[in-house]
Amino acid sequence: MEIILAIIVGLLYASGIYLMLRRSLVKLVIGLVLLGNGVNLLIFLLGGLVKGKPPIIPPTDTVLGQIYADPVPQALILTAIVISFGLQSFAIVLIKRTYIVLDTDDLDQIHSAEEDEDDY
Amino acid sequence: MGINFDFLVDGLSLLFALMITGIGALVFLYTSAYMQGDRYLDRFYGYLCLFMGAMLGMVLSDNIFTLFVFWELTSISSFFLIGYNNESKASRKSALISLTVTGLGGFFLLAAFALIGNITGTYSINEMIGSAAVLKAHELYLLIIIFLFIAAFSKSAQFPLHFWLPGAMKAPTPVSTYLHSATMVKAGIYLLARFTPVLGGVLVWNNTLTIVGGFTMVYAAFHSIFKKDLKEILAFSTISALGMLVFLLGLGTSEALLAATVYIVVHALYKAGLFLVTGIIDHETGTRKIFKLSGLRKVMMPVAIAGLLAMISNAGIPPSFGFIGKDLIYESALQLNMNATVLTAVAVLANTLLLYASILVGIKPFAGPLPDTYKEVHLPDWRLWVPPLFLGAVGIILGLFPVIVEGGIITPALLSMHPTAPKIHLKLWHGFNLVLGLSAVTIMGGLLLYFSLKPSIRHEVWLAKFNKLSPQNLAIYLSRKFRDFAGLWTRLLQNGYVRIYVLVIISFLTALLAYQSFTQVRFYVDPAKISPLTSAEMVVMLILITAILYLVYTPSRLAAVAAMGVIGYCICLIFVFYSAPDLAMTQFAVDTLTVILFVLVLYRLPKYITYSNWLIRLRDGLVALFFGLLITILGLEVLNEPTSKETTQFFAENSYTLAKGKNVVNVILVDYRGIDTMVEITVLTIAALGVFALLKLQLNKYDQEL
Amino acid sequence: MRHLTFKTATNFLLPLLLLFSIFILLRGHYLPGGGFVGGIIAAIAFVLHAFAFGLKDTRKLLKIKPMSLMPAGLALAVFSAILPIFQGLPIMTGLWMNEPIPVIGLIGTALLFDLGVYIVVLGVALTIIFTISESV
Repeated sequence: MEIILAIIVGLLYASGIYLMLRRSLVKLVIGLVLLGNGVNLLIFLLGGLVKGKPPIIPPTDTVLGQIYADPVPQALILTAIVISFGLQSFAIVLIKRTYIVLDTDDLDQIHSAEEDEDDY
Repeated sequence: MGINFDFLVDGLSLLFALMITGIGALVFLYTSAYMQGDRYLDRFYGYLCLFMGAMLGMVLSDNIFTLFVFWELTSISSFFLIGYNNESKASRKSALISLTVTGLGGFFLLAAFALIGNITGTYSINEMIGSAAVLKAHELYLLIIIFLFIAAFSKSAQFPLHFWLPGAMKAPTPVSTYLHSATMVKAGIYLLARFTPVLGGVLVWNNTLTIVGGFTMVYAAFHSIFKKDLKEILAFSTISALGMLVFLLGLGTSEALLAATVYIVVHALYKAGLFLVTGIIDHETGTRKIFKLSGLRKVMMPVAIAGLLAMISNAGIPPSFGFIGKDLIYESALQLNMNATVLTAVAVLANTLLLYASILVGIKPFAGPLPDTYKEVHLPDWRLWVPPLFLGAVGIILGLFPVIVEGGIITPALLSMHPTAPKIHLKLWHGFNLVLGLSAVTIMGGLLLYFSLKPSIRHEVWLAKFNKLSPQNLAIYLSRKFRDFAGLWTRLLQNGYVRIYVLVIISFLTALLAYQSFTQVRFYVDPAKISPLTSAEMVVMLILITAILYLVYTPSRLAAVAAMGVIGYCICLIFVFYSAPDLAMTQFAVDTLTVILFVLVLYRLPKYITYSNWLIRLRDGLVALFFGLLITILGLEVLNEPTSKETTQFFAENSYTLAKGKNVVNVILVDYRGIDTMVEITVLTIAALGVFALLKLQLNKYDQEL
Repeated sequence: MRHLTFKTATNFLLPLLLLFSIFILLRGHYLPGGGFVGGIIAAIAFVLHAFAFGLKDTRKLLKIKPMSLMPAGLALAVFSAILPIFQGLPIMTGLWMNEPIPVIGLIGTALLFDLGVYIVVLGVALTIIFTISESV
């Protein structure tokens, strides 16, 4: 299982990077989302996979038992998920705004538009 | 740190301090008339004062780092003063060149000082003299003096770093007088003199200085006779004189050091005088071209007298102080054990050429008939002609009565360079001997040259042929190449294309990781740590992989967003399988929202277009896949490592006992790492405000035009 | 999308989802749940309503601007964090009531803090979604 998960993480990284290398702004942002998912999964994987033992103290106890899923990476990923929501919504709106202003989602054309400004 | 404002007044500092303040006072007086009515006069005085303070601080500092700071300050104030006419392009360029050269020297000075401070363990120059033996025996000695020489040569315009000085003459004449002949350029000399007792006396020190100084004085003197602009002639003759000083410091005997001390004073007096005279000529006639000027004595006698006096001192004609200086120079060269003849001949040659130059500046404009064009020229304000006349008079008075400066200034200065020097006695008349003969030869040679060599444009043209090889052009060539290289480098790496940045970073990272993987990774996974795979999980994984592949290949944007949603839900299921209910819930909710968002926005955006050809896609694909593969390998490798669970253990034991919570993840978020969460919700707020601002603000006119 | 079935379903779903989100928020300290996910569920409830009845109705229903939720939530979180200072304890020390309240359970600064998170997340999500849908 860990092996397959590791492969999936690799795949998420690869597709994320590949999309980020495209000229389209939309693809860039989708690539960013995939990369974020990949990172979350990687942290999760490295925290150790435990089945059926969430890090929740049983009602009768005051401490966690011996085998349980690691809560620290989970807390980390939870934060990351919520933050990436903010990041993604900002990025997607940025795309929209760019499209409204420049009428293209081609990064090369956006780039040359900047160059023109510099000439003034 | 040991970096203090430690000041020390000894003979050498006193000599320089007197020069700075004395000539400084005259220059200020001169400026008040010369720059009268200038728009930025206040600024000019400010720069000049800044320079004066910096220069005084430099010669009085005992701490090497304080000295360094003042050293740099003189460079900076010089930059401002050279570029004072900031509307002239040539002026700006000269300012930049001089700052570059002297600033470069500053770097080396700092390096040299750091090394010296490190070796001796003190930053006080006075205390360093005690460690002189240690320094001279140290293996880094050569490096130190190379650094120190580069610094001194750049400041004091020694070949091949001399080329900034003629350009610096673009500055107003008071500046040229003050900074670029009398004081600032002597900073390098001061540095060498100051460190003579600490680092000097070693063969390589002496030989380098003698050779560089000797070459510079002949080279520059030779150049000076072909120049037609008064200021340029003076610039090159200044370089030559500085070469002479370096040459004398290089000889290093007590006679040579005495000659250097006297010559510093002599040179400051006559060169400042000549510069001031040039300034007056320029100011009144509007030209500095030597072949246009003649007969000016008829309209400005006092100036002509000042020029004559300065020339006499320069030429070393008795009874001037210059005569004493020149005598001492020849004497010290003659008394050497090695190569006395050659070195003396070099000194005589340089002096002859210098004499010619000084006649050009001090006599030529005043002699002969007065052209009609200058009939209207009249004697300027007294504040202009009194300073040069005063300087010239002092040159003669000191020659007649050298005792005035002998005990109070010259002797202490010599002693601070050479503590064991024998007692000196300056006198004008030594009787008929070889030295007097040499002086006569010099004067004769100079006069002969003057009458045989008429100034004309031809010489300058002839000289310009060698310009391609001059250090200045080499330096400009180098800096241009450097700029081209920087431009190329920037275009290559900082080209503004995000994907190229990503590509470069990822490729580099991949190369590093791959190298590490080949050398250290074992490619082994412990079967005991692997959890079994159920059919439900298998299905989810398959869906996930399919969704990823579909996402990359789909030509439709909505399909891509849907695939993104599927990926998110699959990850959510993985969280469910492996005991992370909180994550699963959050991932589910966020994923839903994100998909809604993307659909809302992308609905109105253009269709996907494939912009790049298959070759680029193949390249990017390979880079991405390789990187992903490395991440997989890395992840598995990390799993093999034993992990420390101390933090986890702490939370497991204390989350209920201390924080009264049973959901450990939640306890971490709201209690133990509460501040992080606080910052996080702040960031979220900022993102929301950003979104609001981006969409709600109206497009302004400029944007619409685009 | 404004189908009658959808509208009717939403009428029931909105209060249910809101209740559910508060339930998730409250149980967060003992069982899976918490302010983040609770806030997002509440946001989804309102988004659903907006899809069914249109943004204007949702805004009317909300009464307050979603944007004003963000500072309110932040202030609540900060307040819960500095509350211990008044008792001479370091910042963010957990304070708890001695007796649990029925239904809600034990109340403490941690819950207050989580409530702040809940409100901020709700405000952020709604602000973003509303802004985008209005500008489409």
